[in-house]
Amino acid sequence: MARERTEAVNESPGKKVSTEPNQVVGVGGYDKKFLLPLLRKMVLIRRFEEKAAQMYGVRKIGGFCHLYNGQEAVAVGSIAALDLTTDYVLTAYRDHGHAIACGMEPRPIMAELFGKVTGSSRGKGGSMHMFDAEKHFLGGNGIVGAQIPMATGVAFTQMYRRKVMGEKAGGVTLCYFGDGAIHQGAFHESLNLASVWKLPAIYIVENNQFGMGTAVKRVSAVEDFAVKATAFDMPGMTLDGMNVLAVYEGIKKAAGLARKDETPVLVDIKTYRYKGHSMSDPAKYRTRDEVESYQEQDPILILKKLMIDAKMLSDAEYKKLDDEVKVIVQDSVDFAESSDQPPLESMYEDIYA
Amino acid sequence: MAETSIRDALNQALDEEMARDERVFLLGEEVGEYNGAYKVTRGLLDKYGAPRVLDTPIAELGFTGLAVGAATVGLRPVVEWMTFNFALLAIDQVINNAAKLRHMSGGQLNVPIVFRGPNGPAEYLSSQHSQALQSLFVHVPGLKVVSFSTPYDAKGILKSAIRDDNPVVLLESEMAYSWTGEVPEEEYLVPLGKADIKRPGSDITLISYSKPVRMVLQVADELAKSGVDAEVIDLRSLRPLDEDAIYESVRKTNRAVVIDESWPVASFGSHVAWLISRNCFDTLDAQVELVSSEDVPMPYNHRMELQVQPTVDKVVAAAKRVLYMEQ
Ligand SMILES: Cc1ncc(C[n+]2csc(CCOP(=O)(O)OP(=O)(O)O)c2C)c(N)n1
Repeated sequence: MARERTEAVNESPGKKVSTEPNQVVGVGGYDKKFLLPLLRKMVLIRRFEEKAAQMYGVRKIGGFCHLYNGQEAVAVGSIAALDLTTDYVLTAYRDHGHAIACGMEPRPIMAELFGKVTGSSRGKGGSMHMFDAEKHFLGGNGIVGAQIPMATGVAFTQMYRRKVMGEKAGGVTLCYFGDGAIHQGAFHESLNLASVWKLPAIYIVENNQFGMGTAVKRVSAVEDFAVKATAFDMPGMTLDGMNVLAVYEGIKKAAGLARKDETPVLVDIKTYRYKGHSMSDPAKYRTRDEVESYQEQDPILILKKLMIDAKMLSDAEYKKLDDEVKVIVQDSVDFAESSDQPPLESMYEDIYA
Repeated sequence: MAETSIRDALNQALDEEMARDERVFLLGEEVGEYNGAYKVTRGLLDKYGAPRVLDTPIAELGFTGLAVGAATVGLRPVVEWMTFNFALLAIDQVINNAAKLRHMSGGQLNVPIVFRGPNGPAEYLSSQHSQALQSLFVHVPGLKVVSFSTPYDAKGILKSAIRDDNPVVLLESEMAYSWTGEVPEEEYLVPLGKADIKRPGSDITLISYSKPVRMVLQVADELAKSGVDAEVIDLRSLRPLDEDAIYESVRKTNRAVVIDESWPVASFGSHVAWLISRNCFDTLDAQVELVSSEDVPMPYNHRMELQVQPTVDKVVAAAKRVLYMEQ
């Protein structure tokens, strides 16, 4: 269950990870300067997704649109632990949140959802395929598990640049995938490669309890995935994905291991998605009560409350932040709306370098 | 006869064959409790239970290979791929095992299995989720590859595929599941390897299969307005291919356009066009035209994605070229 406090898991000798990441108490000694941007990013993602759903409803957006509501703390907390001048991020199709967490502006994301020429992929990628090469965000992949070997290759390059090309700053690669994706051969093949070749890859299971309509336990021999790290002789961790600070600290630690000890890490982050799998899924496979019980643990509400309790935030301040974010999101819609359709001939562009 | 959707026609075929033969079982992602991503398997878990209807993990290579193994020792699996795009993860088991086992065992092993799911472009899905991949499968000896464009054919062909002792790949189409048509109450089969003339005509032969057939019938109506009487052939089976039906028609009309939503290079459509050029050379009055999808990955933008695929306008233009008519 997502709400259990997290615990460390790996019994493999010499590769134990302490339980520390999960003992974040209150705001954990962080100051407002650090916390406010985390809160703001989570609110931005939430408001962006709500707007995307609304635009989908009026058919400005089509196809598969997988929303991130409920999972904001995972992308925001983990990416806050990175230095994206050297580190990289890859994820699956539920990618708007990661795109925003990596610093992509709402405008090109919304325009991409609208299929406009000003979109980040010039209207060719859509919801599942956000990319920002400059910001080291490498997508946005529609094939379940396909980003895992790719991310392993990015981590390989980081190792290679250090060892062969003498580069100092060794980055790490964050690879996100779902609890459903973990059963693909691609996952198992990749983790073995990463362990054998000592690659700085952090494999993050965004364990939102469902792969489409399938609850984890119906298709998985185990429900806690960190144990799988043992088989590849790498550290494993379990984190509370509803607490952005627990995620931040856990990934900070994992990134430290990856950079210093040259080891990949597997992290099982327990989270929950509030919406259906995609816009077309009525999510009849779970109860309203279940969804509501998670919404009480909302990652935004948790951080907001912690900050208010620590006297770092007032309700009025929060409202102001939220209002500002709404303006930014509406601006992205206006931008997308007023942008041009891509020219038809552009279908023949960007196929070969 | 009752009006039935393609979705329900396929469902009836699965239901009837599962009732008829307890060796038939069904597996794939979301086929059970969720009743199928496109609801083709609705109600079957309730009726037959596990292990005759199995929700699999997202592990296409694993569950497809498992089914191939089960088929070699007496079961008759129906594998649902949520879409053919994901079948690419399983294609090793299809090409290296299912298609090869009979031949490389000198005829000792059979692989009676059906691989089915939606293939071809859908809408607003971009390039990884909107691909017509049939040519990859048709390329391979040892596989049968079949399709349909009506509920009647859908049901009859799936039933035959399940009874066939070979690996059969069935091409469905997400966009066509809700198309309706007449399906008789009484049991029937549609044989694999037989084309069907969906509209008889005498001036030009339009050859297609799967979802585009319906669009090609519109083309025939369009051409009729200019006094052209087009014959529309639905190949239904890509392998084995009903070559006789094609040649018979082309020898009558002396003109042919092949319509295939695959990419044009080394595609099934280009193969059919070549067969016609070679075997009807003496009777052809014009070049054989191929209307395929554009040779590009599918873009997300809707205007672009429609323009990537064969359209009525593109096929009418090709037909007029073959008929030497003013455009
Ligand atoms: C190879 C492959 N198989 C199947 C699908 C269809 N599909 C898309 S998402 C999904 C569920 C994935 O669940 P999970 O990995 O838990 O991620 P979540 O959606 O929960 O973020 C499935 C089956 C796909 N896109 N790719």
